[in-house]
Amino acid sequence: MNAPYIGARRALTIREKLLAIDWRVVILITIIACIGFTMLYSIAGGRLSPWASAQITRFGVGLVLMAGAACVDIRWWLRLAYPAYAISFLLLIAVEVAGHVGLGAQRWIELGPLQIQPSEFMKLSLVLALARYLHSQNVEDISNPRTLAVPLAMIFVPAALVLVQPNLGTATILVADGCGLLFLAGLSWWWIAPAIAGVAAAVPIAWQFLHDYQKRRVMTFLNPSSDALGAGWNITQAKIAIGSGGLTGKGFLQGTQSRLDFLPEKETDFIFTTLGEEFGFIGSMMLLALFMAVIFFGIRIAMASRSQFGRLLAMGVTLNFFFYIMINGAMVMGLIPVVGIPMPLLSYGGTAMLSVMFGFGLLMSVHVHRRVEIPRRAGGLL
Amino acid sequence: MALFDLKDKSRYATFSRRAFLLTGGMTGVFAALAARLYQLQIVDGRDFLTAADANRVNQRLVAPARGRILDRFGIELANDRRNYRVLIIPEQVSSVRQSIDALARVVSVAPQQREKALRLVAQNKPFIPVAVLENLSWEDFARINVNLPYLPGVQPDVGETRDYPFADELSHVLGYVAVVGPDDKRDDGDMLLNLPGFRIGKRGIEKKFDRDIRGQAGIAREDAYGRVIRELNRQPGVPGKDVYLTIDRQLQKFVSDRLGTESTACAVMDVENGDVLALASTPSFDPNLFNIGITSAQWRALTSDDHTPLMNKVLSGVYPPGSTFKPAVALAGVEAGIAVPGYSVFCSGGLTLGNHEFHCWKRGGHGQVDLHKAIQQSCDVFFYETARRIGIDAIAAAARKLGLGAPTGIEIPGERAGTIPDAEWKEATYGVPWQQGETLVAGIGQGYVLVTPIQLCTQAARIASGKNVSPRMVYAVGEERQPRGDFEPLGFSDDALAAVRSGMSAVANEAGGTAYAWRIPDAGFEMAGKTGTAQVRVITKEERLHGVQKNENLPWNLRDHALFIAFAPIDKPRYACAIVMEHGAVADHPHVQMVRDILLFTQKRDPRKLPAAYPVTSA
Repeated sequence: MNAPYIGARRALTIREKLLAIDWRVVILITIIACIGFTMLYSIAGGRLSPWASAQITRFGVGLVLMAGAACVDIRWWLRLAYPAYAISFLLLIAVEVAGHVGLGAQRWIELGPLQIQPSEFMKLSLVLALARYLHSQNVEDISNPRTLAVPLAMIFVPAALVLVQPNLGTATILVADGCGLLFLAGLSWWWIAPAIAGVAAAVPIAWQFLHDYQKRRVMTFLNPSSDALGAGWNITQAKIAIGSGGLTGKGFLQGTQSRLDFLPEKETDFIFTTLGEEFGFIGSMMLLALFMAVIFFGIRIAMASRSQFGRLLAMGVTLNFFFYIMINGAMVMGLIPVVGIPMPLLSYGGTAMLSVMFGFGLLMSVHVHRRVEIPRRAGGLL
Repeated sequence: MALFDLKDKSRYATFSRRAFLLTGGMTGVFAALAARLYQLQIVDGRDFLTAADANRVNQRLVAPARGRILDRFGIELANDRRNYRVLIIPEQVSSVRQSIDALARVVSVAPQQREKALRLVAQNKPFIPVAVLENLSWEDFARINVNLPYLPGVQPDVGETRDYPFADELSHVLGYVAVVGPDDKRDDGDMLLNLPGFRIGKRGIEKKFDRDIRGQAGIAREDAYGRVIRELNRQPGVPGKDVYLTIDRQLQKFVSDRLGTESTACAVMDVENGDVLALASTPSFDPNLFNIGITSAQWRALTSDDHTPLMNKVLSGVYPPGSTFKPAVALAGVEAGIAVPGYSVFCSGGLTLGNHEFHCWKRGGHGQVDLHKAIQQSCDVFFYETARRIGIDAIAAAARKLGLGAPTGIEIPGERAGTIPDAEWKEATYGVPWQQGETLVAGIGQGYVLVTPIQLCTQAARIASGKNVSPRMVYAVGEERQPRGDFEPLGFSDDALAAVRSGMSAVANEAGGTAYAWRIPDAGFEMAGKTGTAQVRVITKEERLHGVQKNENLPWNLRDHALFIAFAPIDKPRYACAIVMEHGAVADHPHVQMVRDILLFTQKRDPRKLPAAYPVTSA
């Protein structure tokens, strides 16, 4: 590697940092994004507008954002972790108090022309904050209830706030990301095993607290034909779209399901169905392979970091990416109930795209600064 | 500078182990997703493909092109005109108002058109196109197309709409089309009737031949929402058949112009084959109104007019025939062996039967009157006496032979039968026996006798040809020639017919005839005819004593109806005509003048000799 030794006396220049970015990952991401553009082009009936062109612009912005985040020294991310978490948390409270109700849920707040979805910020802020907190803990200490109480609160309080918005999908991802990081940090199996058992036992109780629409989604998932034209519509139509693709698909621009408007939200959450329909099993498997490749690169970057913060941050971002794919994929294939989670890099949507690209920026920052060692008690709040 | 973190080694070891476990877990999840894809796409793929195909197919009916109605020379009397219009699909524009504003900068948009469009937008689902402007001129339509880049969401479109190019000239023949009403669906199961905006024939030929003209529905397959995103395929349906009429549009125009605005019914027919060449009922209305949508003010004007423009008086108006009934009585008299040569009646201006006095229209009387003079001068006393001798049943039989008192079977709905009374009819209708006085009244075409103008025209044609011709208006429907009966002789003796024709000729061509002043002077084109006046009010004894009021001095609706039947030319008749002018009995006989002009025009044009769109003579 030509890049100067990062533990060395001098800091890297911006140019050196940009060169140090793992461009193989960037190429993979770009390929996946291009598949997304193609799908949006097809859904619009072979036109760039209204979706593909806007999405391309967003991806371009996202790439710049990613490069920018990659160049920020990892120690700065460590310092910014708690403030970012605090701001996200306050925004979550704000959206609860004064949020905009959209699609039956309070998810946005408007700042001038910007629509802010604090739950989206919270995912990465939580990863940052947990990584920072766990960075200062020894493996032996983590399972100490007093030590554990703090990260558990950091996970579950915002998750609860998101859940009551209501946004079951994002709340699930917050909990999954957080628990994943605790697991990686070495949480004792004596905690893990009872927790799994407890969750299983809690399902019937949690059911009582679900919103009607959430219950309905679960019920229709379990028996889609019970409401084939209502809430079961999405599931049934998505399965028909994907299934009718067969081995090789109907061909580019030849999908009848998605283009004839059978699928609601076909350009956002259900975009995978168009891929399945037009490019079939082969195309779908290629996309899954690309996703897996990105995840493996993410894990490799995590393993190569010399700091626990870097490892946890990289792994947290990767896990977050993975959970998106898992939940969205399982949803469109009719394996789990419908929750509002987009397919990363593919689904049309600005916040999701920028959030995912910013996540990759953090991952790249870990990669660029993989040789930086960070002391346990590094930095103050800022 | 950070110190080397000794404890980090164990953290790293744990992290690596657990990351490895997580990687395994993630791989497992991906494997599960892959397995699910395999199941959906490979194992069940065929089923889902079938489901997808069934899914996208939403059948939508497509209205077929409505058949045309043409005159005997192929002139289009009703057709499907291109309707240049502008549609806006609400879901495709940010603001319908702004789109209409933009449109209004290019062509004029009336406030009510704007209101109507906005109302339709509010009423319908956002993907249903709304017609903002319809029936645009080609110039306006072209202007919109040129400016299309500046008109967001505006879609130019070419639809079809029924058009009657000659407007009110033929409205009673053609009828009109209008939106399907609830009653229309009761005995017509055609799915087309459910199409929004579909129009069916409501009157006239449009109604009678609606099933033929309508055609059969086509089918377009689209997506399940009814949104026209892309048509998958289309069966165009079967276009409606064209209907060829016997009408001669040029003659029709002449007749309709000649009748003007009086409340008049007139028909012209061929005495040999029954072809109706013109059929007009005035005043008329514009059938296009009913298609485009009639305003309540227009509707009120049409329904409140005492000249009844909506009524086809030729078929649906029933009138006492008055003296135009006398040829029928004369024929009955000859056939009964009463009105034979040498038979005459003395007219002193009246006839007494029992204690009732029956007056002749001529107060001083006609003196000695034979059949010829009786028809020529329309002597009432002659026909009272003759009717009394032959009796009502023989008169009724002769009248029915001439086509009176029963529907003629012409192909326009709404024809009425009228009444030819006889003893049996009186008994059945009123439950009391026939009175001899009633025979006398019937003998001059009053009392219970009621006929329609088309029956009068038929009567004239039958007297002229001696055959039982019936009026018909439709040559052919599509490729199919309409059946046409071979007309049989009526069964009147040639002598009887000759005597009546000669009397009718004298009406117009011998001095003293009731229509002599309005004869056709052109040699070879002379007409024979019979005038008639139908009383619409009761004349009291007192009034008769002081002199009967002149019609000119009465209010319009109390004046007598004026009638005239005629055929021409007298030596070898080809065309018959009948006219009824409601409350039109005035001294200068405008209705006779009309028939004179019409029959002269008809003969000079001689439509029977012109090459028709369909051959007239054969079969």
